[in-house]
Amino acid sequence: MRKLTIALACLLLLAALPAQAALRVFACEPEWAALTRELAGDRADIFTATTAQQDPHRIEARPSLIAQLRRADLLVCTGAELEAGWLPMLLRRANNGKVQPGTPGYFEAASAVELLERPARVDRADGDVHAAGNPHLHLDPRNIARVAEALSARLAELDPAQAPYYAERHADFQRRWQAAVQRWESRAAPLRGTPVIVAHRSWPYLQRWLGLEEVAALEPKPGVPPHSGHLAEVLALAEARRVPMALYAAYQDARPARWLAERSKVKAVELPYTVGGAGTADLFALFDLTVERLLEALR
Amino acid sequence: MQRAALLLSGLCAVLPAAYAQSGNAFNPAISLTLNGQYASYGYDPQGFALPGFQLGGEAHPKPEGLSADHTELTLSGNIDHRFFGQVSAALATHDDQTELELEEAFVETRGLPAGLGVTLGRFRSGVGYINQQHGHAWDFVDAPLPLLAFLGGGYYDDGVRLSWLAPTATMLELSVEALRGGRFPGSDDGGSAPGVYTASLKLGGDLGTSHSWQAGVSGLWASPERRGGHAHSHDEHDHDHGFGPAYFGGDSRLVILDLVWKWAPDGNAGSRGLVLQTEYFQRSEDGDIALQHGDHAHHGRYRGSQRGWYGQAVYRFAPRWRAGLRYDRLWSDNRGDAELLEEAGLKDGGSLWRASAMIDFATSEFARLRLQYTRDETQAKADDQWLLQYVMSLGAHGAHRF
Repeated sequence: MRKLTIALACLLLLAALPAQAALRVFACEPEWAALTRELAGDRADIFTATTAQQDPHRIEARPSLIAQLRRADLLVCTGAELEAGWLPMLLRRANNGKVQPGTPGYFEAASAVELLERPARVDRADGDVHAAGNPHLHLDPRNIARVAEALSARLAELDPAQAPYYAERHADFQRRWQAAVQRWESRAAPLRGTPVIVAHRSWPYLQRWLGLEEVAALEPKPGVPPHSGHLAEVLALAEARRVPMALYAAYQDARPARWLAERSKVKAVELPYTVGGAGTADLFALFDLTVERLLEALR
Repeated sequence: MQRAALLLSGLCAVLPAAYAQSGNAFNPAISLTLNGQYASYGYDPQGFALPGFQLGGEAHPKPEGLSADHTELTLSGNIDHRFFGQVSAALATHDDQTELELEEAFVETRGLPAGLGVTLGRFRSGVGYINQQHGHAWDFVDAPLPLLAFLGGGYYDDGVRLSWLAPTATMLELSVEALRGGRFPGSDDGGSAPGVYTASLKLGGDLGTSHSWQAGVSGLWASPERRGGHAHSHDEHDHDHGFGPAYFGGDSRLVILDLVWKWAPDGNAGSRGLVLQTEYFQRSEDGDIALQHGDHAHHGRYRGSQRGWYGQAVYRFAPRWRAGLRYDRLWSDNRGDAELLEEAGLKDGGSLWRASAMIDFATSEFARLRLQYTRDETQAKADDQWLLQYVMSLGAHGAHRF
C-alpha cells in the first residue's frame, strides 16, 4: 500500500513537472500554434485543436478538446465568431478559470487587427455571416506581424520571468518576417489585378494583400454547399471575365473547383490555407507555397 | 433614447479594452427553435402506454397529424466574470392548452480552481447521454423508448450539480447532483430533503484524427412518496371500472451506461461522417403501489426490475444529407399482486421493441427537414408509423455538446 502511495506520488510529481516548466497553450488553429512556437520556443507546451484538414467553423466540442483546455494556461484563437460553434461549449465544460474571456489567458487574434467584410446587415438569409467581419485574417502576413506583437506581450504578461526571452524571440521573428514579406510581395507582383474565383470567402485578406480581385464564390452563400445551378452561373462568369484560377483550401471540397476546371480554362488551385496544409511546416512555408501556387496558376 | 445611446457608447469607449474579445457580441444570446411535424399512427397515441412501465413526465409520442407542439426559446450569456446563466422555455401544447414550460434556468460557475464546477437552478440531469440534449438536437423525430420509459422523456429538475474535471489528456469528468425530485422519476412530495441524487463518470478522447468517443456510467437514486403515472388506459376492456391512476412510493435505482463514437475523415465532419450512439438502462424499484378505487385505496407491494437499450447509427453521406437507423428495446420483470400490477399498467408486456429509419436534409446549419419511418411493436397491435418533421433555429445558435 505504502509502495503504491509513493509510486503514485512520484507519478503525480512527474506529471506536474512539465506543467511547471512550460506555459501550456491551447491553440484553436494551426497558424496560431505555429506563431506561438515562433514566439515562445520551448518555453511553451502547445496543443493544436484543429488541423489544416479540418474546417475551423465546424469542429465538434470533443472530449479530448475539453480535457486539453482544462490544463491550459493560455488560449490562442482567431475569434470573430470563427469558433462560435464549438469554443463556447469547450470554455463552459473545461472548468478552467484561467482561460475564460476577460482573463489574460484568453487571447483572440481578431482583437489585434482590423477585420474586413464587416456586414452592413446581419441576416442569416445571407448565409453564415460573421457580424464581427471575416475571420480568416491570418492570410495577410502583415496581420501575422500585428498579432505577433500582441501575443508576445501577452506571453510576457502571463510569464513575467521569461519576458526578456519572449521580447528577444519576438524581435528576431519580426526581423525575419519583414524580410520574408518583402520577398513575397516582390515575387507576387505579377498577381496584382488577377481575377479569382473562391470556394468559400476564406481569402479576402490574401486578396487585399496581393491585389487579387474576387469575382465569385462557388458557395452560393457563405456556409451553403455549392449546387449545380449556382455553379453554372459561376462558369459563365469565369468565361466572360477570363478568370485564370479558382482557389480552395486544403480542407475544402475540391470537387466544385475541379468541376469548373474541367469545363473552362480556370485552374483549380489548392492553397494550404494554414500551417500543415499541403505539407507546409511553418508560417514561412505557408506563404512561400501560397505565393508559388498562385504564380504557377498564372503561367 | 438617443441621448441614452450616446451616453452608453461613451461609457463603452472608456471601458478598458485590454482583453478585447468578441465572444459576447450577443449578450444575452437569444435563440428560438421552431419545430413541427406530421405524424401518422395506426393507433390512437392518446392511449400510448408501455406495459410494465409507469410513465411520467413528458413520456408520450408526438401528436397525431399536423402539429407544431414544441417551440423553444433559449437565452444565455455570461452574468459576470464568475457566472454564466441560461434559460430555456418551451411553448408546448397539451390537450388544446398552450403551456409555457421552464425547462432550464440555471447559473454555472466559470472556472472555479482545480477543475471544479457548480451548477445551480433548473437543468437537465447529466445522467446518460441523450438526456442532456434538447429535443431539437436529436437525430430522430422522437426520443428513444428508454428515455420515455426511464426518464419521463427527458429528466430536468431543480437542484445542484458539482462536477470535477481531471487534469488528464483523456477526458475524465465526475459529477454528482442533488435534485428536488419534483419530476418523474421523483415525485413532488414537499419536505426539505432532495428527492433525487445522481452520480456520473464520463470518459472521452480521440483515436487518431478521425475517431472520437465518449463513454459514461451514471446512477440515479429516487425515493418518491407518491409518484403518479399517466392515467392507465384500458383499450382491451370496459373503460368504466372505477380505478384511478396508480401511485408509486418507495425506492427507485437506475443505472445507465452510454457510449458515443464519431468518425469523420480527418476529423472534418462537414462532408462525411458516422455517429454511433447507444445507451443501456437498468432500474430496480421497491415499494408500494396505491390505487384509488371509488372511496377505497388499494395498496400492494411492488418490486420492479426493468431494462432497456437503444442503439443508433447516423451517417452523413453528403454535406447536407444524413441517414440513420435506430433500434429500441425494453424488458420488465415486475413482482407483486397480479391484479394490482395490471391495473397500474405494470404487468409485464413481453417483447417491446421499435425500429426506425430516418433521412434528413439540411438547407444550412440552421434548418433541417426529416422523414422517419418506424415499426412499433410496443402497443397492442404492431404499427407502421410515418413522421415528417422540420427543425429550424433562428437567432444566435449556440454551440452543441459532443
